[in-house]
Amino acid sequence: MADAEREDAAETDTPNASDTQEKNTNITMAEDGSTLLKRMEITVAEAEKRTGKKAVNMQETYTVYLLETRPSAAVNEGQSVAPDALWRRYSEFELLRNYLLVTYPFIVVPPLPEKRAEFVWHKLSADNMDPDFVERRRVGLENFLLRVASHPVMSSDGIFYHFLTQERGWKEVVYETGFQAKAESRLRALNATFRVKNPDKRFMEMKHYSDELQSITSQLLRARARVADRLYGVYKVHGNYGRVFSEWSAIEKEMGDGLQSAGHHMDAYAASIDDILEEEEHYADQIKEYLFFSEALRAVCRKHELSQYELETESLDLASKKQQRDELATGTMRTFSFKGMTTKLFGQETADQREARLKLLEEQIVEGEETVREKTTECEEHVCSGWVDIQRFKEQKDRDLREAFINYAFMQMSMCRKGIQMWTNAKECFSKM
Amino acid sequence: MDTTNTDGGSFNASMQTSPGSMINQYKFDEEDEEQEPGAKDIFITVDDPESHVTTIETFITYRVLTKTTRGEFDSSEYEVRRRYQDFLWLRGRLEEAHPTLIVHPLPEKFVMKGMVERFNDDFIETRRRALHRFLDRVADHPILSCNEDFRVFLSAQAWELTSHKKQGPGFLTRMGETVRAVAASVRGVKNRPEEFNSIQEYVEAFSQKMTSLDRITQRITKEEKEYLEELKEYAPTYTLWSGSEEELAEPLKGMANSLDRCYQETEEQGRQLSDCLAPALHEYVLCSETLKAVLRRRDNIQAELEAKNEALATKRADRDAEPRERGVVWQSLLGKNPEEARQLKQQRLAGEIDELKEEIDKMEDRVEWANNALKGDWGRWQRSMRSDLKEAFLSTAQKNVDYYEKCLAVWESFLLSMRAEVSEVDQRAGDS
Repeated sequence: MADAEREDAAETDTPNASDTQEKNTNITMAEDGSTLLKRMEITVAEAEKRTGKKAVNMQETYTVYLLETRPSAAVNEGQSVAPDALWRRYSEFELLRNYLLVTYPFIVVPPLPEKRAEFVWHKLSADNMDPDFVERRRVGLENFLLRVASHPVMSSDGIFYHFLTQERGWKEVVYETGFQAKAESRLRALNATFRVKNPDKRFMEMKHYSDELQSITSQLLRARARVADRLYGVYKVHGNYGRVFSEWSAIEKEMGDGLQSAGHHMDAYAASIDDILEEEEHYADQIKEYLFFSEALRAVCRKHELSQYELETESLDLASKKQQRDELATGTMRTFSFKGMTTKLFGQETADQREARLKLLEEQIVEGEETVREKTTECEEHVCSGWVDIQRFKEQKDRDLREAFINYAFMQMSMCRKGIQMWTNAKECFSKM
Repeated sequence: MDTTNTDGGSFNASMQTSPGSMINQYKFDEEDEEQEPGAKDIFITVDDPESHVTTIETFITYRVLTKTTRGEFDSSEYEVRRRYQDFLWLRGRLEEAHPTLIVHPLPEKFVMKGMVERFNDDFIETRRRALHRFLDRVADHPILSCNEDFRVFLSAQAWELTSHKKQGPGFLTRMGETVRAVAASVRGVKNRPEEFNSIQEYVEAFSQKMTSLDRITQRITKEEKEYLEELKEYAPTYTLWSGSEEELAEPLKGMANSLDRCYQETEEQGRQLSDCLAPALHEYVLCSETLKAVLRRRDNIQAELEAKNEALATKRADRDAEPRERGVVWQSLLGKNPEEARQLKQQRLAGEIDELKEEIDKMEDRVEWANNALKGDWGRWQRSMRSDLKEAFLSTAQKNVDYYEKCLAVWESFLLSMRAEVSEVDQRAGDS
């Protein structure tokens, strides 16, 4: 079915069904410039617990997620097409993301939902197996896939397509791209400290912004969790009113009925906070996504710094070699060199020796110029495409967060309406006392 | 021995003094309770707390303003200053005069929890309100409001009150009463009428419920305070964030602003809880203690009667018993004629029996009086309890509805501002 779907969806270079086993990193999926998401429905439909062997004699329990895909065209035409489905673990999502990070260093790659529950308040479980956590993670994973599938560049990626459509053998295909070697050097570079002389100011500002975003969103999330915790306490204590009203109503004659029913409303009020706060977790997840996004943004800026640094280093090196050559050619020696020193100590070198050295330098200069050209191109391309993606990210962020705040307002209003309802009911009961 | 004044001592001279008619005083009808508009003839306010510093102590006085048309008052308006001690004195006198009437409690002397400073503003205000309620209740009471000490309390200048306090039953009379009361309570009552048993049961359960409700309300106030503390840290994170953003700056400021306004509304809602519901519940915790004391005093009065009846029975048995050998022998040893001795003894016993019978008559009246007083006031108390607590819960519920409605409005206006922004952005995009 996956094959037929591929044939439907893609006007590709490799329509052959048997090619599903081949590594297809060059598949151009989008001929008309539309993203994958426009032509394919992607959902992470379910989660399931599995147990398996981790190492010798060690059992592990993990969760797998059901990934379903369907061609949009079919759905739009009202055909009931059964979706293709495969199971993926969180670690496979991580692998996919790492691949994307290495392959597209100029893109702000969407983050995955958190590996472990953080910013937990006391009623929220920190257990990875907790059903609420698993459910929120399912939503986060789906969101990740949808973001990649709607990205103008990443949606055409073959590995990504395989991730969605081919269960077995995907890992091998990814490893065969050799991205892991690059991954390690990337990580090292990201964490290294180096001084760049002329970084692009916009990228430096962006890097500074990403730091601020990270700091402020984690502060916000922590404060929100504490507020949620306290609000929970306030609502829950009202449940005690319910209990005591009920007991009190037993000893009263005229007041009994009113008290009893008021007590029920107190119980309902106390219980209502659970749903309210569960909904608010979704808002927290939206903010969390941008907390993690800030890291991805920072990485793009750092990549620029790295490219720029390498360019500067190469240029300096080239300039130094050129100067050496000039000095050698004109006989002046302004720059220090070991050759010069040894000459001073052991006597002048012969004309042949000088020739040889000059020739070497010239070769090195030619190489160096080539390197500098490459590096310059690399740097410029990164700045160019990186800035484009940063702009895209910025607009997406402004849109998403606006929506998140609006949703938050709706949630608060819903909570207020519930409160009005509960206390109006209670009022009615009290008036019957 | 003058024992009847304990119940009738402070009665208005114009009222009849026969027990029968006094019993009638205690039969309260529903109709008596419903005041016709304008039937209330005494209005009291308590305000203007002032601090007084002397070399020995510092204390607060309150202004007590009375407006009345009652005959026993010489004037129609009085303004006096009273301190907490004066209120304590008044209540003590009222309870002494009417041991089985339910006298509204006073606010406590100290509040140990939370180490509230005695002269803290909130404490003074809460106390002032409670003192006012106390006087209002006394003024509303058909019997208590006629009490002479009450009149003096409302009308006398400071020095007049001091000298009045020095009068009243002397120390020895008081001692005698206390001793009898202790003896009676140690003895316990043997045949409590069923209706008082059920009142007792009710009071015990009611007391527990009020204590629980009081505690729960305090707990809610505490939790809300902690919620407010966290909210105070949360709202500014949005303001901080807005400093780093361009397009999002306004929405973020809007969020911070909305959260701030909700904070203020929550603060106000919390004040309602601690200013209105908590004091009301606490007052009824104190009422429960008053009720228990009233029931105890009624029991003691009945126990005294039972003791006297037992003494009477013993003496009668003594009188009717066969003369015993030993008694006669003793008398003869003392050189008395056995027959004479016996007659003397019979005479003595007869005298004592007559005296006891008289005392018992008075005690029976007293018991009936006390029982009717309590029964009458019990109904009255139940009605005002119901009305008070219903009012307190109703206004709390209303305040909560108001609170949520205000917060709803805050977020609605936030949404409106967001929509306004969108159309602004669209306009700008359209213009460019």
